[in-house]
Parts: sequence; structure tokens; C-alpha cells
Amino acid sequence: MKPAIEIRNLGKQYKLATAKSYMALRDVITGGIKNIFSGIEKKKERFWALKDIDLDIMPGERVGIIGRNGAGKSTLLKIISRITPPTAGSAIIRGRVGSLLEVGTGFHPELTGRENIYLNGSILGLRRTEISKKLDEIIDFSGVEKFIDTPLKHYSSGMQLRLAFSVAAHLEPEILLIDEVLSVGDMEFQKKCIGKMEEVSKSHGRTILFVTHNLDSLRKFCSTTILLNEGKMVEKGDTEKIISLYVSKHLQTNAEMVWENGLSSANKEIMLHKAWITDDNGSTRSRFDTTEKVAICMEYEVMADDTAFTHGINVFNQEQQNIFNSHDVMTGNGDNRKKKGRYMATVWVPANLLPEGIFSVSLALFLPNPLDVLIHEHNKLSFEMYTDFSKQTARGNYAEAFPGVVRPLLNWEITKK
Amino acid sequence: MQSIIKPPAGFSFGLKEVWQYRELFYFFTWRDIKVKYKQAYLGVFWALLQPLGMMVIFTFLFSKTWKIDTGIIQYPIFVLAGLICWNLFSSSVSHAAESMIQHAGIINKIYFPRIIIPGSSVLVALFDFMMGFIVFIIFCLIYKQPVHWPSVWCFPAGIIIVLIAAFGAGTFLSALNVKYRDFRYTIGFFLQVMFFASQVIYPLQSIQQSWLKYILAINPVNAAIELFRSAFAGGYADTTTVYIGIASAFLLLLIGIYYFRKTEAYFADIV
Repeated sequence: MKPAIEIRNLGKQYKLATAKSYMALRDVITGGIKNIFSGIEKKKERFWALKDIDLDIMPGERVGIIGRNGAGKSTLLKIISRITPPTAGSAIIRGRVGSLLEVGTGFHPELTGRENIYLNGSILGLRRTEISKKLDEIIDFSGVEKFIDTPLKHYSSGMQLRLAFSVAAHLEPEILLIDEVLSVGDMEFQKKCIGKMEEVSKSHGRTILFVTHNLDSLRKFCSTTILLNEGKMVEKGDTEKIISLYVSKHLQTNAEMVWENGLSSANKEIMLHKAWITDDNGSTRSRFDTTEKVAICMEYEVMADDTAFTHGINVFNQEQQNIFNSHDVMTGNGDNRKKKGRYMATVWVPANLLPEGIFSVSLALFLPNPLDVLIHEHNKLSFEMYTDFSKQTARGNYAEAFPGVVRPLLNWEITKK
Repeated sequence: MQSIIKPPAGFSFGLKEVWQYRELFYFFTWRDIKVKYKQAYLGVFWALLQPLGMMVIFTFLFSKTWKIDTGIIQYPIFVLAGLICWNLFSSSVSHAAESMIQHAGIINKIYFPRIIIPGSSVLVALFDFMMGFIVFIIFCLIYKQPVHWPSVWCFPAGIIIVLIAAFGAGTFLSALNVKYRDFRYTIGFFLQVMFFASQVIYPLQSIQQSWLKYILAINPVNAAIELFRSAFAGGYADTTTVYIGIASAFLLLLIGIYYFRKTEAYFADIV
């Protein structure tokens, strides 16, 4: 049996887009004039989003793809679905490719639901006769049969999505690409669609490539997983094995930091021994879903009686933005002097505050007033937040990119006036 | 079904693939026509308002105020023949030029031969043209304009020349538009210049300088209008104008498709 997907030395190089990728003609003209005068041509920076990928995926295989942001997961799917060409290497695809990326692509508000099914179906590569054959089933599955001859602009966004997913679910591609990070819409209905595709994939031996950050659904869905890192394939193998490799080596989170001989402050009054991140139950870990509280703990030794100081943390996101700082104002604002001995300080980052991403923590022990920093250790700990869609999160059912530095779950009150 | 994905290399017209995707070609065209003519009467009305309005204005200006000699063709027919040809060209080109940007959402998400997009813009313009052409025939009947029947083939020939030229220019501009976003601002101006370089309101033969005539003949719309009018002028057309126009229409087509095919692979990266 020949592989459904046969990838050889595949690579994709991008120009480093600083602000925007397309150009304005006037920039080229003025840039050209500038270059003539300065005599230097701007060197374009390039980087490999994917490099030297070799991969065989057999028909019926269900393969997960994991890796940090920018590891090349989405680029790989884009090349396989032919949206963007590779820069090097080749891929042979045997079978029709479909993806949840393209849900609702080409829907037009002026056309009726029925007309949009035909349009969308044909954009997704269905023949007109195939669409006609499946039309009743598609309408049925979408649950909008009452409005099927009404222009789409009168649909609620939920209804539009149901219709869109319904077409996608009936595509029956031989190779299905799912990018959970990029797919759209109502999670409930999306699950229903994935369920439907799963059913099809099991009974017809469809090949599935699944990109996700959610390791649980990866475990459930895929027996084999590929780990990508900085555009390269680290390993392909059993999902459990790859997940543990990913979590331990590549997540680049660091749930614990130990100073073997202690790190003492300049005035020798305090010595930091250990810092770590735990969950509710006190077990050390580095991945949390956004509905979980995260504890940051420090263990230190006070070397002299009556030492005055307080504790603080700085939290940064992946873009190195300082999201928040916190220091201990609850236990006496530095006025409580401590006796000699070992102490442990714990600070809780509340649930439903941080969005998905990797966060790094700096630790500080200092005198607040006048400020005197005793110990300040930068980026010693880090942890990852992810969304668990089975829980009540500030995302709700919204699965697309959700901007914002923090993502609190807020109370909304609606009153009728 | 097996497809091989490789870095783009070499050049092909990709006709085989376009044929595979012919249904999508049809659906894109169908969608745009359907949306445009959804309010059927208004759709037709909008398609006809512009050429008819212009015809009235030009007839008033150039057959009543400043007389332009158009031989045996009556001026309203003379100018309407020019206008519908010109409109086919200009609306094809301007819609095709914008089309890739408008379809950015689809281009980013799904693969199909991109050339279908400007291609269907041209077909939509052809549909509008057909409406105009019917009205043109009606006006010929109203004005009792005699037609030289053996030359009726000149109409489809003229239309084909315009379509070839418009498709070439449209694909070229659409690809350029993806890469250089501010290029669109020049298209309106460029079309306006071309309008005056087309023999819509005047006959090319009225130009004294023959070198200028040859330069204007490079504009393929002139060849089409020449053919259109020849069907009324006893089949007499200036063959030099027609041949130059045909040559430049094919040249435009080649340049357009070549540039489009060379750049299309990277549209999804930059659009």
C-alpha cells in the first residue's frame, strides 16, 4: 500500500515580514531611489518555517502534530492543502484533501442557504452532481431547513456556521486536515462535525492530520504524533511517547528551579533555595488550563533574626510584555520581621486571568520602602496556559484567535429597562 | 487522485487544471451574476444605464453640437457600438484587477487555479455586455441602420478580441495588485486614458497623422470597434488597425497569463 501522504525533504522559506508582507509601489519606487543613492540594497531576512521534513503517512492513519507556536504546524498543513507552495522538496498526496480551515469559505450573504451549499461545496472541490446527491443530508444535518431558501444575510451567525460545518462534514475527503488552533466557531457543533468525520474515517479508513495544543484531545484522537520544533521534525511516534517528549523537552517551560548551594542576597541576610510552580493539589507542573489557579512558590532561608523584606513576582508573556507584577502587601508590607529559619512563600495567580501561552516568572525579594532589591532572579520559572474547551472559560465557544493580554472571566449583568 | 506538490518551477498555462476546476469557474461566474441581478430589473437597469446615458450625452455633443463625420453610420449607433465594446473592456479589466484582493479570504484557505478568479470577472462583464448588445440591436432597429449581412461575423470577432485583451490586462493587473497594493489607484486613470485612445466617440480614420493612427491601433479595443462598425459600413474595416489590435491583444494575453502564473503560487503568502 502506498502512503496517502509522502513528504520528502520538504521546506518552506519565508521572508521575514517586519510589518506587512505585501508592498506599496511607492515604497518600491522610493526605496529604489534611496538604494540608488545609498548604494546599498536592503538585505531581506529569510527564515525556514519548515525544513527537511520527511514523512510518510499511510492511508487510515490518524496523526497528531504538536509543537510550540511557530514550530511550523500550520505551515505544514498549508503546504499539504496546496494553499502555499514549498520552497524545497516535494509531497505526494494520494486522495482528496479537505480541511476544517475552510469552513464557510466563499459564503455569500445575498445567496440563499441552498445556493450557498452549492457554491461552498464546489469551492471545496465537490462536483455539482455530488452536491445534489447529498443536498438533503446536508440540509438535514445543519438544522436550518426552514430557512434554506432565505438569503444568508438573514441567518444568525450560529446558523451560518452550522450550515458551513454541515457542508464541510459531508465532504468525505480521503485526507482530512484539522487545525484546531485556526478552525472557527461553535465548539459543540465542531465536535459534532469531528465526530461525524471520525465515524467516516473509521469506517472508510480516512487519513487525518490533526494540529492541536490540547494534549487530551490528541490522546483521544490520534495514535501517532509528530513533534515539530523550529520547523524541523523532531520525531514521529506513539502519541504518549511524543507527548512526554514534548512536555519535558520542548515546551520550554520550567516548573522548578533549585539553587543547590543557595543564592544569597548581597547583604547575606536571605538565601533563596528553590522556586517552583504547583497546582491546587500542591503537585509541581508547568501546564495549566486557563480555569486553574497557579501557585508560584519560593523557599528561602532567613540568615539573621529580625530581617525585614517582602516578596514579589513579575510575570511576562511570550512577547516579553510585563503582564503584571505583584508583591506581598497582605502580610505586613515588609514590616513583619522574620526570625531565622526556612520559609516558604506562595502566591496564587487566580484562575481565569491569563490567556493561552507561555509565561515566564521573575522572582524578587526586596525591601519596599525605601526600595532595596535583595534578590531579583529573572525568568527563572515558566509555565504554559491552554484552553480546555470542555470547561467554562472566558473564551466561551469562540475558537478563533482571541486577542488580549489578559483574559478574565467577567460577570455580565443584563437588566431590562 | 494523486497530486504532487513541489516548489514552482518552469512555466505552463495550466489549462488542464482550469478544465478540472471548470465547475468552480462556472460557480464563481454564476454567483456574481446572480448577486448582481438578484433584483432582476435593477440589475439590468444598472447594466444599461451607463452606456445608454453616455450614448445620449455623446450624441448630443458630437452629432448636434460639434459634428463628427461618421459616414453612413448614424451617430447614436456609431457611439453605442463603441461604448459597449469599451465597457466590456473597462469593466472586465477593472473588476478583474480588484478580484484577487476581494477573494483574499478564499485564497488564504483553499487551493484552486487562481486564474479562475479574474477569468470569472471577465465572464461576468461579458454577461453585462450581452444585455447591452441586445439593447444595441434594438437601437439598430429603431434607427433602421442598414447592416451588411455578410459581415455579421465581425461582431463575435470583435467581442473575442476584447475578451482576450481584457483577460490579459485583467490577470496582469490583478497579480500586480496583490503585490503592490497602491497600484489600484492608477487603474482608473489608466482606463480613462485608454478611453480617449479608443475610437469610441470619434472614428480612427478621422485622424490625419498616420503614425498616430498606428500607435492608437495598438489599443486592441480599437480593432474591436473597427470590426463592429465595419458591419454597418459595407464590411469595410481598416485591416491594419485590426491586425495590430489582434496582435497586441494576444501579446497582452501572454504577458498577463505569464506574470500571473509566475506570481500566483505566492499569493496566499502575501494577499
